[in-house]
Amino acid sequence: MTASGIGTYTTKELDRVVIRFAGDSGDGMQLAGDQFAAVSAAFGNDLATFPDYPAEIRAPAGTLAGVSAFQVHISDHDILTPGDKPDVLVAMNPAALHANIDDLAPGATLIVNSDSFDERAVAKAGYDANPLTDESLKHLVVYEVPMTSMTLAACKVTGAKPRDAERSKNFFALGLISWMFTRPTDQTIAWITKRFARVPQVAEANALAFKAGWNFGETAELLASNYEVAKAALEPGTYTNVTGNTALAWGIIAAGQLSGMPVFLGSYPITPASDILHELSKRKSFGIRTLQAEDEIAGVGAALGASFGGALGVTTTSGPGLDLKAETIGLAVSLELPLVIVDVQRGGPSTGLPTKTEQSDLLHAMYGRHGESPVPVIAARTPSHCFHAAIEATRLAVKYRTPVLLLSDASLANGTEPWRLPDLDSLPSIDPAFATEANQVDADGKTSFWPYVREPGTFARAWAVPGTRGLEHRIGGLEKSSGPGTVSYDPENHEEMVRVRAAKVAAIAEDIELLEVDDEHPPGQARVLILGWGSTYGAIAAGVRRVRARGKCVAHAHLVHLNPFPSNLGPVLASYSNVLVPEMNLGQLSRLVKAEFLVDVISLTKVKGVPFKAAEIESAILGVLADLDSVSNEGEDQRDEGSEDHAEVSGARAGVNQL
Amino acid sequence: MSVDDVAVNGKRSSDASSMVADGSSPGDAVTTRKDWASDQEVRWCPGCGDYSILTAMQLLLPEMGARRESTVFVSGIGCAARFPYYMNTYGVHSIHGRAPAFATGLAIARPDLDVWVIVGDGDALAIGGNHLVHALRRNVNITILMFNNQIYGLTKGQYSPTSVQGKVTKSTPFGSLEVPFNPVSLALGAEATFVARTHDMDRKHMMATFRRAKEHRGASFVEVYQNCNVFNDGAFELVTGRSVRASNLIPLVHGEPIRFGENGDKGVVASRDGRLRIVDLNDAKDEELIVHDETREDPSLAFQLSRLARGPFEPTPIGVFRAVDHEDYGTGVDEQIAEAKSQAGPSDLWELLCSASTWTVD
Repeated sequence: MTASGIGTYTTKELDRVVIRFAGDSGDGMQLAGDQFAAVSAAFGNDLATFPDYPAEIRAPAGTLAGVSAFQVHISDHDILTPGDKPDVLVAMNPAALHANIDDLAPGATLIVNSDSFDERAVAKAGYDANPLTDESLKHLVVYEVPMTSMTLAACKVTGAKPRDAERSKNFFALGLISWMFTRPTDQTIAWITKRFARVPQVAEANALAFKAGWNFGETAELLASNYEVAKAALEPGTYTNVTGNTALAWGIIAAGQLSGMPVFLGSYPITPASDILHELSKRKSFGIRTLQAEDEIAGVGAALGASFGGALGVTTTSGPGLDLKAETIGLAVSLELPLVIVDVQRGGPSTGLPTKTEQSDLLHAMYGRHGESPVPVIAARTPSHCFHAAIEATRLAVKYRTPVLLLSDASLANGTEPWRLPDLDSLPSIDPAFATEANQVDADGKTSFWPYVREPGTFARAWAVPGTRGLEHRIGGLEKSSGPGTVSYDPENHEEMVRVRAAKVAAIAEDIELLEVDDEHPPGQARVLILGWGSTYGAIAAGVRRVRARGKCVAHAHLVHLNPFPSNLGPVLASYSNVLVPEMNLGQLSRLVKAEFLVDVISLTKVKGVPFKAAEIESAILGVLADLDSVSNEGEDQRDEGSEDHAEVSGARAGVNQL
Repeated sequence: MSVDDVAVNGKRSSDASSMVADGSSPGDAVTTRKDWASDQEVRWCPGCGDYSILTAMQLLLPEMGARRESTVFVSGIGCAARFPYYMNTYGVHSIHGRAPAFATGLAIARPDLDVWVIVGDGDALAIGGNHLVHALRRNVNITILMFNNQIYGLTKGQYSPTSVQGKVTKSTPFGSLEVPFNPVSLALGAEATFVARTHDMDRKHMMATFRRAKEHRGASFVEVYQNCNVFNDGAFELVTGRSVRASNLIPLVHGEPIRFGENGDKGVVASRDGRLRIVDLNDAKDEELIVHDETREDPSLAFQLSRLARGPFEPTPIGVFRAVDHEDYGTGVDEQIAEAKSQAGPSDLWELLCSASTWTVD
C-alpha cells in the first residue's frame, strides 16, 4: 500500500520490531533510545534493550570511534534478547551509518539525517563516496530526512542559537520513530518537561523538535505506513523497566533490610559498575553508607572493615578493580567475614573494552587469589535477575561467613527489561546470628569466646561484633588455630583450616536451588544440552526456541551458582550425550565443567565485546545436531551453515579445537 | 576521668548501644592494666621500643576509662602490626598498608567504637601511603599511631621510606639514594586535623599524646619514634637519649614560647624572610620566640616547625603540631542520612522498586 497524499497512510501491525538509534556520542542517542523503551514499556510491550557506546565521553565528532547506539526490541509477546538485527536503523550521520550498516538485513528500514551527509562528513566516516547516492543502499528501504534543518526550523521560535537548537535533533528522531510505531506522545512530552526543567529553553526546544518529528511522520508522504506493536500478554503484576545495575543496587538494599544489617558500600568509580555506586549513594534514606574510596583496594578494605563491625560490606567493580581487590578478598576468606564483591565484567585484559561486554572473569573469580582461597561465585542472568542475585550473594555471605563474588557484565548492567516486581514476602530471610554469649568455659568456670568454633553442617564460624561485651577477640590474616582463632603455625592445624574453608564453600551446594533443565521432550530424546551462565541466558533461550520451532529437540540449563555448582549438575550432564557451552570468553565454564565432571563438552565462544545473537546460538546448535546426524548417516553433511555465525565452536565432538 | 569524659570530649565512646554478653551493666568501666593485656605471649625482640609503647597503651586505656568491648585495634603488617594481638580488646591484623582503609569502613559503619590504627613506617608510608593520606584528608574518626623505626624489621632489615639518605641496609649495600619522608610534614600536607610526634623513651609523653589523639574528633596522626635495637639501633638516640634530650628535643607546648636547651637557653624565632630558625637566647629576646599555637587553621607554621630538623639527629620538635576542630567524616555521613530520612523519598522497599515509572498488567 502506498501513500497517496499528505496525511494518508496506513497502520500495519507487527508482532515485534528491533530499532537501533545511532549517532555521535554527543548526539543523545542513549537518551532517545531509553525514552522510547520507557514509553514502550509503559504501553505494555515486552522489551529488551542494548546500549552500545564508546569508552570516550566525546570521541571526535563524525568518526567511527565516536558512534554511540541504543538498540531496543519491542514485541507483543515475551522476548529474551535485544534482537539480533535492527529492522529499523536511525543513523544521525555517515559514521553512524557506516558503523551499523552491516547489521542490516535486506529489506530493513534505514532513516538517515540527510543534512549530515556532506562531502566532508562522508569522507570522515571512511566512505569513498556518498552512500546515499552511490546505490550501495539499494537493498534497504531508505528514508532521507533533513533532521537538522527541520529541527532548526522548529526551534526558531525559542530564540535559541542554531548551535544549541541543533542539539535537539535527537528528539526530532525520537518524535519520528514514536509516530512510526504509534507510541503515545504525552508521556514523552511530560518527561522532557521534567527532565529539562532547570533549563526551560532547552525543554521547549526539545519538545518542539519531538513534535516536529512526530508531525513530519504524520504529514510527509515519505513514509507509507506506520506500525502498531500490540501489548504483550505478560503475567499479571506491577512492572517497571530496570537496568541490571539499578536492580543490583536495589537487591543490595533489599538484602540489607532482610538481614537487618546496615549496608556499607566501599567502591571506586569504574565502567561499567559505577551506576551501582551512584544508585546506592542516592539512597541515604535507607541508611545506606557509601564511600567513594581512594582506590579499589581501599574500597574493598573499607567494606571488609564495615563487615567486621557487623555491617553488610559490599564493594562493586569491574575486571581491573577485581585484580586489585584480590588480596583483601583473601583476607576475607581468612577472617571468614561476609563480604559481597560485585564484578560487572567488561572486555579484558587490562583496560580492554571498558564499555563492552564479556564473561572472561569467571576463572579470575574462581581462582584469582594466592593460596587455597575458595570463594562462592554467583552470576546474574538478566537485568532484573541482578536483584535476586544480590540477595542470594548476601544470603550466602552472611550465613557462611564468607566473601561471595557476584558476576554481572556490561550487557546486563546497562540493558533493560520490564520487570514484574517480586512479592517482597517471598524474599528469603537472612540471619546474621551474631554471637552474644561466650562459647567456652575452662576448668575454673571462666568463660571466653572462641571465634573459630563452627556450626555443624554449614561450618560457619561464631561471629561476635565489636561492642559485644566479654567476647573481645583478635583475628587476622595469619593462620589461626581451629577453635580459639589465635595465631598458629602448627602444620596439622593449617591443613585442617585449609580443608575446612574448602569444605565450607563446598557445603553450600546443599543449600542452593537445583539446576533446572528446560527440556520438554521425553528423557533421552534431546541429544544436546545447552549449558550457559550469566548474561547469555536470553540469547541461548531464544536460540533454543528457534531450534525447537524447526521441530528439533534440544535442552537448556543455565547456571546461577558457579561455585559450588548445584548438586545435580553432574547427573544433568550425564543424562545428555552432548553438551554445548556458549560463553563470551575462550571457554572458561567449559574448563571448569570438564575438570569437575570429566565430561567432554563442546565449547562455543565469542569475544567481540557484543553479546551472542540468538541466530548464532541457533546456528551452533543446528551445527552440532548436523554433526551428530552425519556421524549416524555417514557420508551426508547436513550441517546448516549460518552465514553470520561468528562464534567459534571447539571441542572433540565438534571435530575442531581452537583452544 | 570517667567514661563520660571520654564520650563528651573525644571520639565517641559506646554507651547505651554497646551489646553486653555477660549480662553486667555497661557502666562499670573501672579496669586495670592487666585487664587490657591479652593472654598472648609478646614476641617482639627483647629491647624493642614496641614494648614501651604497649605498656603506655595498657596504662592509658584504664586511666581514660575506655571500654574493652568498644575498643578496636586495627593494624597492617610488620612488627608494629602485631600490636592488636597483645591488647585484650577487639582487634584485626589486616593487610600490609591497608589498615587505614579497613579502619575507615569500620569507623564509618560503627561510629560508637574507638578505632585505633597501628602501623609502621613501611606499612603506612610505602605500600599504604595512599590510604594514609586519604584517611587523614577525609578526617575519618580514627587514631593512627605510626611506629617509625626507619627500617623494615619484620623482613629483616631493608631501608624504609623514612630511612636517612645514605643508609646502608641489605637492600642498599651502597647506601640509600632516596630522600626520606618526614611523616609529620606529610600528615600536615594531607590536611590532617591532629598531628603529633612522641617517642618510646618517654612513657608519660606517649600517654599524654595518645590521650590527646584519642580525644580528638576526626583522624589523628601520631608519629612515634621507636627504636629497632636489632636492625637500626639508636636511630633517634641523638634526640631521645637521656643525656642529649635537653639539648636536642624541642618540646611543643600550646600557648608557650618554643624554647629548649639545658637551661632553656635556646628558642625558635621567625627570620625576616619568614624562615624559622633556632637562636641562642643570649642573642634574642624572649618575646621574639614563636608562641606555639596548635589550633591555627593555617597549617603553614606547623609545617615549618616540622621542617626545623632535617632528621632526628639535630634539634627536633616533639609534641602536638596541629589540633584543629573539623567535622569528622562519619558525622557528616550520619547527618546526610538523618536529613535524607527526614525528607520525602522512598523509605520502604516497595516504594523504591516503584520509584521509576511502573505499570500494571491485569
